[in-house]
Amino acid sequence: MAHALEPQAKTLAEAGDGRLYGPVGELDPRMRIVMVCVFAIATVALQTIPALIGAFAVSLGLLVASRLPKGRTLKRMAMMDGFIIFMLVLMPFSMPGDAMFTVFGFPASWQGLWKAIEIALTANAVILALMVLVGTMEPVSLGHALHRLRCPEVLVHLLMFTIRYIEVLREEYLRLRGAMKIRGFRPGTNWHTYRSFGYLVGMMLVRAIERSERILGAMKCRGFSGRLFLLQEYSLHRRDYVFAATLSALCVALLYLDHL
Amino acid sequence: MHIVDGALSNPVVIGGAVAAVGGIAMGLKSLDLDRIPTAGVLSASFFVASLIHVPIGPSSVHLILNGLAGLLLGWAAFPALFVGLLLQAVFFGFGGLTVLGINTVNIALPAVLAWMLFGGLIGRGSPVQGAIWGAAGGAFAIATTTALVAVSLALSGDEFIPAAKLVFFAHIPVMCIEALLTGFAVLLARRVKPELFLKDRTA
Repeated sequence: MAHALEPQAKTLAEAGDGRLYGPVGELDPRMRIVMVCVFAIATVALQTIPALIGAFAVSLGLLVASRLPKGRTLKRMAMMDGFIIFMLVLMPFSMPGDAMFTVFGFPASWQGLWKAIEIALTANAVILALMVLVGTMEPVSLGHALHRLRCPEVLVHLLMFTIRYIEVLREEYLRLRGAMKIRGFRPGTNWHTYRSFGYLVGMMLVRAIERSERILGAMKCRGFSGRLFLLQEYSLHRRDYVFAATLSALCVALLYLDHL
Repeated sequence: MHIVDGALSNPVVIGGAVAAVGGIAMGLKSLDLDRIPTAGVLSASFFVASLIHVPIGPSSVHLILNGLAGLLLGWAAFPALFVGLLLQAVFFGFGGLTVLGINTVNIALPAVLAWMLFGGLIGRGSPVQGAIWGAAGGAFAIATTTALVAVSLALSGDEFIPAAKLVFFAHIPVMCIEALLTGFAVLLARRVKPELFLKDRTA
């Protein structure tokens, strides 16, 4: 799915073959989803820097175990930091406390700095664990696993449709953009650009709706009744229990470290 | 616009999750068998549209288009936008996991409100009148989203108030662009497929 961001790269889970991801790829998808939630909740509950560094180390450990390309995964994580950097930079100035230094008469506080570091560590630890444990799954397995975890059927259908059609619609978008480019369209800050992009979005939506009518017709013709038929059977193995026990123990250890 | 894990206080995160579950349940109830493919394909369209970068001055912004999503999907915008956020978090690493609920509410609630306020108006009158209401809906949805993001930050602690104000003012240009694009998209849809907004709006 990540190809939507980088034209060349295919999915984060390149070929979708679980065996590529070492020990992580062999784990039961349901267990991975449940454990990432447990880990996220435990991490968000942490409040001291050493414990949060521990949580981030656990995420890094998972990354190493997954054999994902480290540079690319960490870069993607850093892209998220780009979004929050302004908030983090403002924190020392907006939180009252012992002054660290002053910029143009605004004091920066130590408390604010620590709080900003806390947020950055939490956010990165959770998102990295999520990308490693769930992002390595084939998107369709994510849908199946969520269904097995008793997610509402309609929501899983919606998820599967979205996953299926993102690629189709992205190709359509690129085709339309190609057609615009060939006619000499160059985006800029002007009325013409905004009108063209608006029409582009409108056209995509109109085509999407017409496409969905054809899909519905094809599905009805095959007797679609709203049931999900899952091709994969999941079973929990010893390694799944070992993984769950280890990660839970680490979470408990981190929470204990936090309360010391 | 994504809030990350660890930034918000627990009551805000839990409140957001509860509200998101409620909204998603409302949305799923409105999706009967015949509307599942439409909602799924539209959800994918909005996912793709959110990757479009529109230039503004020396910089560029990416589209959110939650107003347009609301106008087309009604309550179903809740699960559709939730799915988009879930996929972005899992596969791109945007946003976070425990904040998925509050992020969904911040984006999808304005979409539903825009549909309630402007949904009936865009199908009426001339296409240009419809487009103007569409633009109003697009601007309203972004304004409400930024306001909700600012409120969820401000509720989590006083130290976030400057960041919350910054978020709000930084999004005024985004608001204008979203309004223009939503307006033109509605204009085109009204011209090439007039029945799109005339269907019975039972969503």
